[in-house]
Amino acid sequence: MSIIEVKNLSFVYGEGTPFEKKAVDNLSLSINEGEVIGLIGHTGSGKSTFVQMLNGLIRPTSGQVLLEGQDIWEKPKEIRKIRFKVGMVFQYPEYQLFDETVYKDISFGPINKRLSGDDLDKTVRKAARFVSLDDRLLGKSPFDLSGGEKRRAAIAGVIAMDPDVLVLDEPTAGLDPKGRDVLLSQIIGYHKERKNTVILVSHSMEDVARIADRIMVLNHGRLEMLDTPRSVFSRVEELESMGLRVPQITRIMTILREKGYDFSDGILTVGQAFEEILNQLKRRSKL
Amino acid sequence: MISGISFGQFIPGKSVIHKMDPRVKMVLLIAHIVFIFCTFNFASLALVSAATLAVILLSGISLKMYLKSVRVVLIIVLITSVLNIFYGGGTPIFEWGIIKITLSGIYRAVFVSVRIVLLILVSSCLTFTTSPTDLTDAIERLMSPLKVFHIKVHEIAMMMTIALRFVPTLLEETDKIMSAQKARGADMESGGVIKKVRAMTPVLIPLFVSAFRRAYELAVAMECRCYRGGDGRTRMKTLKMKGLDFASIVAEALLLSGIVLCNIFLTSVI
Repeated sequence: MSIIEVKNLSFVYGEGTPFEKKAVDNLSLSINEGEVIGLIGHTGSGKSTFVQMLNGLIRPTSGQVLLEGQDIWEKPKEIRKIRFKVGMVFQYPEYQLFDETVYKDISFGPINKRLSGDDLDKTVRKAARFVSLDDRLLGKSPFDLSGGEKRRAAIAGVIAMDPDVLVLDEPTAGLDPKGRDVLLSQIIGYHKERKNTVILVSHSMEDVARIADRIMVLNHGRLEMLDTPRSVFSRVEELESMGLRVPQITRIMTILREKGYDFSDGILTVGQAFEEILNQLKRRSKL
Repeated sequence: MISGISFGQFIPGKSVIHKMDPRVKMVLLIAHIVFIFCTFNFASLALVSAATLAVILLSGISLKMYLKSVRVVLIIVLITSVLNIFYGGGTPIFEWGIIKITLSGIYRAVFVSVRIVLLILVSSCLTFTTSPTDLTDAIERLMSPLKVFHIKVHEIAMMMTIALRFVPTLLEETDKIMSAQKARGADMESGGVIKKVRAMTPVLIPLFVSAFRRAYELAVAMECRCYRGGDGRTRMKTLKMKGLDFASIVAEALLLSGIVLCNIFLTSVI
């Protein structure tokens, strides 16, 4: 069942001024419940604008966003309710921390949702556990945390609202390789337990290939592809013409295939490549 | 919301006004504002209005942008002109209780509102056509005689440049932080004044934190490039007056003589 449906969605920045720019151009698509969507596109392809229309932070110039079949702008006064259903983690979310303690900061969203008492406490601690922030850190000032911890605290602040759809805009940008891996695993873990819909905006093809069920490609505000990682990453030339690329491991395996190795097509992760190479070696030693 | 402000925004272009020396533009702006307030009859007011209109047409920037910046002060214009209607002397043409409206009151209201609108138009023309860096450059040069009194002209200009440079950055940042807090269900639209001010805390604190971070990073970056104030500093772009600038000075002088003649030979109405 589709949870989000987008119909002929367009957004124009600065309409009627010299700076007019079409950021999103006539998008139509639907996203299924419980799906993980990877959203990729060149800088300025309209990714951020698109995701901000999903929770009503930006009102579309034309077109509709349907959440569970309901137009989110049907009652503009109740747009806040949509934001509890579609949680949004912005780029560099650690710059939005403001409260005295990490605990208080994480509870900002749930309090806005009118949670209190035990429910509030449970929600906050649960959200903190998903991103493995231990109790010792919850009492600290968010400004005393390390970069990676701040990032996780900020993400916990959105998870604590328990949204049905979680949108993450470049959650791993600026983290070290280990931090990236850990954070991505935490997002996957959260998704597996909560069975929610996740939309991950990323520049890292490796990250997207690792977790997405389907990949959405935006270019100049238009939807170019929406398909499984396997078929999206098989269209190498098209992706490259849009300033994107395929995961490095996919590229390596393609080159090896061209050199005559009998590897299967559409290898997306290092793990898969490892299996594939191992199988090849086994077959050879048998010969 | 925030991006709706057009007053004080630079719009790149290639018009004659863009090409003028910023120092000349600035001095002429001050002169022009003085002239606007030296109009005492309709002929001179018309003359100044025509000159202002000519300048904004020459700037090649759409009238929409000018209208936007006038809209910002519309309420002030309305209030002051309404107040002025009641302050005229002479024989009333309309009387009701203590309210007296005289012809001179109406004239006053017209003059005040036209003057404010012209003032906004001509100053927006300067900011629309001059980049912030050119503007502070001009201020630095125009203020340089003050060095005699040991006023740190360069430092003041540098601070202004930096402040102006970061206005759009901070606005963008405010927008971003507001979006992020709204995404966490912050309610910034409803409620009374106190509730609205309190709702701004989650925006203001991150904004201050990031402003300090930026200031610190900028200071380090400047030190790394051996910045040490204005002494002995040369510039990449030296300002030079061209024919265009002299021509515009002559045009402004002609406007002045026109206004003076109008004021001498025609009777003042206010």
